[in-house]
Amino acid sequence: MKRIGVVGAGVMGAGVAQCLAQHGFQVVLVDLGADVLDQARERIRLDVRMGRLLNNGPAELDPDLIQGTTDYDDLAEVDFVIENITEKWELKQRVYPRLDQICRPDVVFAANTSALSITRIAALTRRPDRVIGLHFMNPVPMKPSVEVIRGWHTSAETVRTAEKLLAGMGKNGIVVGDAPGFVSNRVLMLTINEAVCLVHEQVATAEQVDRIFTSCFGHRMGPLETADLIGLDTILYSVEVLYESYNDSKYRPCPLLRQMVDAGLHGRKSGQGFYTYR
Amino acid sequence: METVVGSRARSDIREFIQAKFPGARFTDSDDIFGLGFATSLFAMQLVMFVEQRFGFQVDNDDLDLANFRSVDAMAALVARAAPAAVEQGVAGGTGA
Ligand SMILES: NC(=O)c1ccc[n+]([C@@H]2O[C@H](COP(=O)([O-])OP(=O)(O)OC[C@H]3O[C@@H](n4cnc5c(N)ncnc54)[C@H](O)[C@@H]3O)[C@@H](O)[C@H]2O)c1
Repeated sequence: MKRIGVVGAGVMGAGVAQCLAQHGFQVVLVDLGADVLDQARERIRLDVRMGRLLNNGPAELDPDLIQGTTDYDDLAEVDFVIENITEKWELKQRVYPRLDQICRPDVVFAANTSALSITRIAALTRRPDRVIGLHFMNPVPMKPSVEVIRGWHTSAETVRTAEKLLAGMGKNGIVVGDAPGFVSNRVLMLTINEAVCLVHEQVATAEQVDRIFTSCFGHRMGPLETADLIGLDTILYSVEVLYESYNDSKYRPCPLLRQMVDAGLHGRKSGQGFYTYR
Repeated sequence: METVVGSRARSDIREFIQAKFPGARFTDSDDIFGLGFATSLFAMQLVMFVEQRFGFQVDNDDLDLANFRSVDAMAALVARAAPAAVEQGVAGGTGA
């Protein structure tokens, strides 16, 4: 595996592309517009510098390793695909049949989704045995482990291929079964949503909620600071996916979360969420 | 050793940190990461702030957490890397 297709160049796609390139892979990075690809390039430049600052990593990245494009046909020659587009079923639903047509039949598709069922995504293709979930953590280059999700039809060989790619990226996988939200987000999204409810009900401020997690529990970050890092829009979509998938009212999104997303307060990436970043 | 504009740089940096963490108590020599309120992700915001405010690009070799651990360390970096900015009083700008 040398050339990897990365679909979606947002927070996660840019991070995945950066991490792949830093480990010597060629990357074809696909998004909808040139402006998004430019933003991704700038994000990668900043994150490479951050890696240098925090971990003494390399300060530069060979720009030729990442080919940005808006043309899906450029994925015809890739050996593996990691899909990171917006967490909305209606959007993902249209992408997979297209990838299925363009990519070689032996190519594995990895969905980097926060909560969508891998089995359901796999059913959009004629290669359900070669579809797997790779739930990367943010910021991708700094997180050593990935939640790997086996869909109903995912073959053992596909799991091995995905683990090989992860090893090549300096990461290891924790393989779990398929359920909406998997392990990580079934717990985390509910926690964040509940934390937003506490702020909404004025039981505590965002700083207080976070300090209880950092100072009392010893977590590195509180749930609301984490929400800002993930992106409040992504949180909302993930909670909505859980709600729709389980038809269980415990996953109903907090009205404040929805309102902040409507108001354009998407967290760190927009400069404002529960905290200000400028 | 400290010039008037140099101390202005120092107070600009201190103000920036204080604005982000209104409740935090720290001296100019304190390790703000060691005190626990500033996370490593905040470090990159410090780099960007210093670059924008003092009009220079932090060199790859200076991209080291040690240079951003305290107000003192950052002021020293600015004085070393952007003496012109400090002398011309860019640090005293409006900072809009
Ligand atoms: N943010 C996180 O911390 C995090 C962590 C793990 C997984 N995820 C998952 O990763 C995926 C991406 O999340 P993100 O935070 O990067 O979102 P984002 O909003 O930052 O980026 C999504 C990108 O997808 C692009 N896009 C939308 N439709 C497309 C299409 N048809 N073809 C190509 N590109 C398209 C958008 O233009 C945008 O640039 C989501 O499924 C999310 O749930 C996010």
